[in-house]
Amino acid sequence: MSRERAHRAGTTAGPGVPERIKWQTAARLLSLLLPLKWRMVGVIAATCAFVTLNVAAPKVLGDATDVVVQGFLGGSLDEQELAERLLAVSAMYVGASLFSWIQGSLTATAVQRLSYGLRGSVEQKLHVLPSSHFEEQRRGDVLSRATNDVDNISQALNQLLNQLIMSLLMLSAALAMMLWLSPLLALIAVLSVPVSTAITVLVARHSQAHFKEQWSSTGALTAQLEEFFTGHEVVKAFGRQEASAESFRGFNDKLTRSSTRAQYLSGIVQPLLMFVANLNYIAVAVVGALQVTAGAMTIGGLQAFFQFSRLFSQPVGQIGGMLNLMQSCLASAERVFELLDAPEIPPDSAVPAVSANGAGKLHRAGSPRKLHVLRKSSNGRKLRAPGTSRAPWNRGAVAGRVTFEDVSFSYTPGTPVVKDLSFTVDPGQTVAIVGHTGAGKTTVVNLLMRFYELDSGRILVDSTDIATIPRDELRSAFGTVLQDAWLFTGSIRENIEYGRPGATDADIVAAARASHVDQFVRSLPAGYATMLGNDGDSLSRGQRQLVSIARAQLAGRSILVLDEATSSVDSRTELQIRHAMERLREGHTSFVIAHRLSTVRDADLILVMDHGRIVEHGTHQQLMARRGLYKDLYEAQFAGREQVPAVQEAEQ
Amino acid sequence: MLIGLMARLLSAHKGSVVAIVVLQLVQATANLLLPTLNAAIIDDGIIAGDKGEILHLGGWMAGIAAVQVITAIAAGYLGAVVAMEIGGQLRQELFAKVQSFSSQEVGVFGAPSLVTRATNDVAQIQNLAILVFVMLIAAPAIFIGGIVLAVHQDVVLSWIVVVVIPVLTVIMTVIVRRLIPLYRQGQGLLDRIGRVLREQIIGANVIRGFVRQDHEIRRFDEANKELTRNNLQSALLVAAMMPMIMFVVNLSSVFVVWFGGHRIDAGEMRLGALTAFIAYILQILIAIMMAMYVFMTAPRAAACAERIREVLDTEPAIADPATPVGTVPAGPVHAGKPVPSGSTVEFRNVSFAYPGAEAPVLDGVSFTARTGTTTAIIGATGSGKTTLLNLLPRFLDATAGGISIGGHNVRAMPLEDLRDLIALVPQQSYLFTGTVAENLRVGSPAAAGPELWQALEAAQAADFVRALPLGLEAPVSQGGTNFSGGERQRLCIARALLKNAPVYLFDDSFSALDYGTDVRLRAAIEPLLRSATVLIVAERVSTIVDAGLILVLEDGHVVAQGTHSELMESSPSYQEIADSQLVLEETP
Ligand SMILES: Nc1ncnc2c1ncn2[C@@H]1O[C@H](COP(=O)(O)OP(=O)(O)OP(=O)(O)O)[C@@H](O)[C@H]1O
Ligand SMILES: Nc1ncnc2c1ncn2[C@@H]1O[C@H](COP(=O)(O)OP(=O)(O)OP(=O)(O)O)[C@@H](O)[C@H]1O
Ligand SMILES: [Mg+2]
Ligand SMILES: [Mg+2]
Repeated sequence: MSRERAHRAGTTAGPGVPERIKWQTAARLLSLLLPLKWRMVGVIAATCAFVTLNVAAPKVLGDATDVVVQGFLGGSLDEQELAERLLAVSAMYVGASLFSWIQGSLTATAVQRLSYGLRGSVEQKLHVLPSSHFEEQRRGDVLSRATNDVDNISQALNQLLNQLIMSLLMLSAALAMMLWLSPLLALIAVLSVPVSTAITVLVARHSQAHFKEQWSSTGALTAQLEEFFTGHEVVKAFGRQEASAESFRGFNDKLTRSSTRAQYLSGIVQPLLMFVANLNYIAVAVVGALQVTAGAMTIGGLQAFFQFSRLFSQPVGQIGGMLNLMQSCLASAERVFELLDAPEIPPDSAVPAVSANGAGKLHRAGSPRKLHVLRKSSNGRKLRAPGTSRAPWNRGAVAGRVTFEDVSFSYTPGTPVVKDLSFTVDPGQTVAIVGHTGAGKTTVVNLLMRFYELDSGRILVDSTDIATIPRDELRSAFGTVLQDAWLFTGSIRENIEYGRPGATDADIVAAARASHVDQFVRSLPAGYATMLGNDGDSLSRGQRQLVSIARAQLAGRSILVLDEATSSVDSRTELQIRHAMERLREGHTSFVIAHRLSTVRDADLILVMDHGRIVEHGTHQQLMARRGLYKDLYEAQFAGREQVPAVQEAEQ
Repeated sequence: MLIGLMARLLSAHKGSVVAIVVLQLVQATANLLLPTLNAAIIDDGIIAGDKGEILHLGGWMAGIAAVQVITAIAAGYLGAVVAMEIGGQLRQELFAKVQSFSSQEVGVFGAPSLVTRATNDVAQIQNLAILVFVMLIAAPAIFIGGIVLAVHQDVVLSWIVVVVIPVLTVIMTVIVRRLIPLYRQGQGLLDRIGRVLREQIIGANVIRGFVRQDHEIRRFDEANKELTRNNLQSALLVAAMMPMIMFVVNLSSVFVVWFGGHRIDAGEMRLGALTAFIAYILQILIAIMMAMYVFMTAPRAAACAERIREVLDTEPAIADPATPVGTVPAGPVHAGKPVPSGSTVEFRNVSFAYPGAEAPVLDGVSFTARTGTTTAIIGATGSGKTTLLNLLPRFLDATAGGISIGGHNVRAMPLEDLRDLIALVPQQSYLFTGTVAENLRVGSPAAAGPELWQALEAAQAADFVRALPLGLEAPVSQGGTNFSGGERQRLCIARALLKNAPVYLFDDSFSALDYGTDVRLRAAIEPLLRSATVLIVAERVSTIVDAGLILVLEDGHVVAQGTHSELMESSPSYQEIADSQLVLEETP
């Protein structure tokens, strides 16, 4: 059902210049290792030592064998000499293993650091992505980037760093030795390199597309699974298992196909290169034989040359194989970077002296990693225009005057949801927003809290344009109960405490009691320590709303926003928490959105919204006198009781 | 566990597997022959100065090399196909299994963990399969060949090989033993990473609203650190394994020279055997290295196999009955057809307790909801209304008592048929990524445009859908977040109306609607549902005044049932509810 969207989400950079993007991605991935450069130097040094010892040891072992041969020929074995040689060899092997271990360990730590940093920056990115991002991209795809792709990068990189350097070293060492032994034969041996390179590049170019598809289909599949597993009850209720299985199969087949192709193509390289090496070997043998016949070379020399040409062709094959591993790694890296480069919410426009805003935090929290390395454009957040003048904003003492001036907004350009909204709320007032569903009430809250940015007009809080207040400071002034009561995995206590970290037990229980949470929590075996998992679904919906209210209550912020806070709470419970809610609103500017108009009747100001405009405003009495939309809405509430039968009769 | 799983999956690809084995053996043999030919070129060709022989042997070499490359590529192709196919099949099996799960099992694993298992864990098994095909088949051949040749050269010296193998085995077992739990834990931590991220996405507005990004970053960082620590531990173990094994094998060649030297000295062994022996030890080393590669991947795959088996071996608590009743009371009813009167819903002494909870949520609930009537359920938050409704389509199974539809016990019906009878509007409005039309067609896949509009019309959703630039083709974000709460709810109602089932369940489905829309909506759907059995959960008395039967639920008991007027007379609880709404509505 969601194939199209997933496709859209899956498409990465356009078809043009894939090569350049690939190299950019590679360079960027390498640049992530920059902070670990000393470690990398260590890796290279250890590899050098390992290669040297590993190549030298057989030579010394050969010497030891010579001692045996001499003993055989001479009649008696020089035990002393043999023991010495063999001890030397053993020592070299110990050294080789030691260096190999050092190299492996250093690589492992470097790679793990890198993945840690990548995962961390993906997560931090989530906090600066605009809400619209998740309306366009499915959650599962983002999750896949942070788990599957980073995991793939780390596995591939581990292998690459371990072997690529070693192979390169072996290659150059062998080449040097070959050149030294016979430049002519070395030339012939090197002739195979362009052929090998051509094969590798050709295959890599093909496999790259498949690797890209493999990882983007992994993302799409993850998204599909995440969505179905989350909504599995709906799927089952409507007997849509077969249909969802069908669409799953589509994604699964695509993933299977692309990964088969990627795997097969990348697996082809090594055998092909081996074949090239073998042919090359024959050529060397023929030319070498001629050389020997011509006396240009000794047989011993030729024999040594053969050995080194083996040493030469082996790493060539390995490098070819690894280049393909790199394709997979780069395909994943590209997906991770793509997420990291996604447009962010525009940076806050001014830096307060003691910034407590998200951006500042991002840098602080990322202590061990260098964020700016991970993010291509770390502009905005650090380079906020310092000159922007604005009225002093003192978050500790927000009085709570809120003014909307000609505010217009649209989620998708062209379809305005809020139009020319203007109103003023005095400090301490309760303002109620009412209107049909979809009138734009929640949108007003979204704008006030700067979850979205205005198209035009401004919103002032205490005479400060909120666009000039760092978002997090602005939001710290609000205590909110959003329309979708959302609870986190964690205990009930933690969920209430979310509003004010570090609150005392007494405060938490007080807030819980006032919002009627205490009553049901006490009947739970684990009380406040009861763990909520799976989107909080071990509580009823009304209970979740109550916990959200307790959370906002505990937070005790200057401005209160209640968006349908009690829509699923029964009326008796609502009545019981009503006084608590009133107390909560006391002295605070409050925005209340509710369909039960009685809840809003005593508001100081009632805004009646219709299709994104305020069509009426005033107090209950004023509005009732006007006999407009408000009165209609108000009466509909009572219509239920007396008129529903009447309406039905009319229908019949 | 891993072996069992692999064996089962591979048994479907017997032909390919046999072909891979044969091809790999040919490939390995060719690989072993090439060095021999190399030596022959040097010995018989170059040293002997026989150019003809060089060309002859060179020709052989080229031929064998060609065979090798062809078999290797063919084996690689088949290996890739088989490995990815078994991965695809595993994902398919996992998906099918989760589809058979009830909410309980899904809850136990959690959606994020199930997702990881079906993607990352399966990928690890694929990786292993590839390595097995590429390496593990050739490795034993080379290994055994090396050993046979070594023994053939000198039996006594072969004791070194006999000693080396157990030492290697011990090293590997010790490390692998430690690796498996680490990997198992690692996959679990990966689940956790996914879970935290998922929550941060869903709860973004709450996090931003309360300015708790800092806290979230820390929370994630904790999970991230733990995962990194775990990954590092396993990576370090693997990094230690390689040099250790290399050392043991290298050392054995030193011993060969030492003991071999003495044996030669004593005249018990030929000189040539020594060099040959070292060559074979090298051969064995290569085989071991190849196997090592597999063994480095195997522990992770083993941990993953365990996790996959865990899902596959879970039997859903709620499943089709062993012997379903022959006929279902009333198949899905379509508009126009006469409705069989057999969709009366009956609860007899039904009790339910969530696993692990002390007190039951529902206790001895009995009522009858007749065809063509509306039964309303009202009660305090947390009194068990949603739970009660969930028993009907068997999202949950009653712990005691019986539930029947049209006289047939719900447990005696195949799940699919049972759920076919029911159209549900859940309390949590959930829409899928896609378009409005696609979401509506979840209710009725074949519905044509006019039918969709009809349902939208009845659900009072036609106006806003019409106002969308793309209308029915307007995109819907995951969960339906690009619609207002009330719009989402109405789309869910329209979806259910399209299903046209004999039993309708509305769980608090009008809570996000303003009263006017609520009244209009109920008036519009009433004629559509006249022949159905309707169960409505509602908080508003006004929604249910005209219901044929009202159940007042309190702490899991039905404390009163009757019509509005009856209850107003007889039930203090109901009066209290009604009064509270009057109070809420009338006093400032
Ligand atoms: N994220 C979004 N993207 C696009 N359109 C949106 C988005 N959120 C809301 N809308 C649209 O904007 C309009 C106003 O939505 P809003 O959520 O403000 O309504 P509301 O008054 O709160 O309604 P309700 O009472 O149902 O909650 C609706 O038509 C809705 O479809
Ligand atoms: N998955 C679960 N595991 C354990 N307890 C649960 C679970 N789901 C619900 N409960 C508990 O069972 C009780 C009844 O929940 P239910 O969702 O049926 O209430 P409800 O009557 O629908 O309430 P509301 O009006 O708020 O929707 C509540 O106390 C709730 O905490
Ligand atoms: Mg809303
Ligand atoms: Mg409920």
